[in-house]
Amino acid sequence: MTTTLYVPRDAAALSVDADAVAVRIAQEAAARGIDVRIVRNGSRGLFWLEPLVEVATSAGRVAYGPVATRDVASLFDAGFLSGGSHALALGVTDDIAYLKSQDRLTYARIGVIDPLDADDYAAHGGWTGLANAAALAPADIVAAVTESGLRGRGGAAFPAGIKWKTCADAVSEQKYIVCNADEGDSGTYADRLTLEGDPFCLIEGMAIAALAVGATEGYVYIRSEYPHAFRTFSQAIDIATQAGWLGDDVAGSGRAFRLHARLGAGAYICGEETSLLESLEGRRGQVRVKPPLPAIEGLFGKPTVINNVVTLASVPIVLARGAAYYRDYGVGRSRGTLPLQLAGNVKYAGLVEKAFGLTLRELLYDYGGGSASGRPIRAVQIGGPLGAYLPASKFDTVIDYEAFAAAGGMLGHGGVVAFDDTVDMAAQARFALEFCAVESCGKCTPCRIGATRGVEVIDRIRAGVDRARNETLLRDLADTMIHGSLCALGGMAPFPVLSALDHFAEDFGARQ
Amino acid sequence: MPPATQPAMILKEPGLAPDARRAVLDAIEPRRALPGALLPILHAVQDALGYVPRDAVPLIANALNLSRADVHGVVSFYHYFRSEPCGRHIVQICRAESCQAMGAVALEAHAKATLGVDWHETTRDGAVTLEPVYCLGNCALSPAVMIDGDLHGRVTPQSFDTLVAATRSGA
Repeated sequence: MTTTLYVPRDAAALSVDADAVAVRIAQEAAARGIDVRIVRNGSRGLFWLEPLVEVATSAGRVAYGPVATRDVASLFDAGFLSGGSHALALGVTDDIAYLKSQDRLTYARIGVIDPLDADDYAAHGGWTGLANAAALAPADIVAAVTESGLRGRGGAAFPAGIKWKTCADAVSEQKYIVCNADEGDSGTYADRLTLEGDPFCLIEGMAIAALAVGATEGYVYIRSEYPHAFRTFSQAIDIATQAGWLGDDVAGSGRAFRLHARLGAGAYICGEETSLLESLEGRRGQVRVKPPLPAIEGLFGKPTVINNVVTLASVPIVLARGAAYYRDYGVGRSRGTLPLQLAGNVKYAGLVEKAFGLTLRELLYDYGGGSASGRPIRAVQIGGPLGAYLPASKFDTVIDYEAFAAAGGMLGHGGVVAFDDTVDMAAQARFALEFCAVESCGKCTPCRIGATRGVEVIDRIRAGVDRARNETLLRDLADTMIHGSLCALGGMAPFPVLSALDHFAEDFGARQ
Repeated sequence: MPPATQPAMILKEPGLAPDARRAVLDAIEPRRALPGALLPILHAVQDALGYVPRDAVPLIANALNLSRADVHGVVSFYHYFRSEPCGRHIVQICRAESCQAMGAVALEAHAKATLGVDWHETTRDGAVTLEPVYCLGNCALSPAVMIDGDLHGRVTPQSFDTLVAATRSGA
């Protein structure tokens, strides 16, 4: 009898030696004359347990982790192939509290299936949404997405259905679907998990978008820092094309949609949608002035839907289960689920996909388990390098778009980075502007010049030079950048700075 | 389809060794008809040669009917593309916030001190080029380092030394 084992191929799992563990398991099984099949799945997103090895047993999949190569022999001795007890045993995977309490909709298959096995994908509910969409009128697909309440998960939270309708209504012989997989925010890895762990889900979402708006070509722009994701996703495109889910006749609809993966080149600004389009066209990634909106004049001047990975990967379940099913999750105007990504100084860092409505404190302590260092969590940055730093007094903020805006923050792409009390918030403020200076596309003056001058002003404050006057100058500069920049890079880089000044003034030295 | 052979005038471009020139032309040819071909071509050149030589710029510009300034502007805009050769191995250390929260600043200092280089510099033996990177998407296992495209998580100064030593010995 062959026993099936799962050892993740996700880049994060590989970063803690999952490949070596898989090899060691195969060697040990061969030496003991045991027949095993090792499936290389994606990651469940419980990264402190990686490499997380699962065994298919009569009781379901049981987990062991974190497994090092030196643990493998003892796992065999303990009979882990039939779920035997061991110091690393975690029980039935689906019953692990961190996982069981989540609302895994967009990430239902992540870590479960072999990411490049289209049949495994189908066996877990895949392709249903696309098959349904192929039988619908385009306007009805758009209506379903609108009714689901799905908003852009890349950060701007713009309603996806409205964007799609604008593009669908535009008249053109050529339209495009572009996926923004330039996931540059520190503390975020949800896009990467999908690209590596459930790529067909993104492909299905893009094909549905294509049918909805009448697009025949699609591009996925993947950042160069994600070589594993680029390789896996490129293979997935070939497999889906051969299987007829992409190509000249998408899912038997009689309509064509061809998909291409393109590699970025290390520019944070290309996560901004118009910069990304410039880059895809082969130019410097400089932002465009809007209007015209990309939905009307986008890639190569043609109507283009451009959405983030998570947005597009959330579309299949909307079409498979219905708009109401998705909309019933969430609170207020924030419908559905958000894949939150716990990172930085927390004990249990990982992916937490939950309906909108839990609090930051629940996320940090019930899931994150507090800081990794055991010291108090002092500050949390949410929404990437342009997000505000929130102090402990704001930890009861509810995770929804409007509540976060009211608390002076933004959810962005859902990255949550915790810092303990050893953090120097003046240094963090300086870094935010240093990063902005490095990554500015240079098109508008407030961002290009403001970021560099801002670093200099913070340096003077930290050196104790004329504290009060320099703080006034810094706040004035921040105001200019917020209101005068062309895009969110210059327009939001001041937020971490101002929040550090407002909530952690003691780190900037005494006022004279 | 554009002609497979280039006009003789372009093949005489000075500065590129024959092998390198052939590599650049091989990178251009299958991609020149792609929509937005410049980035795919630059990636292919850098994959083949380790960098985008300045003397490759006119070849690429001519193939895509762009000016040299256009191509140079793109090469210099993107952090990933390099115009100079680098070491045999590339070590990228993540400088972004999640890694900072888990000790990346100390790791950076350790790496610079032990390698004897600053960012973008190459060790004297030509083995290692040190580069900063802003997020490798391994934020749940910070600090993160990438060596020649292989990702490593929870890197300490000690494990960094081990990784670099293994990289050098495998050279």
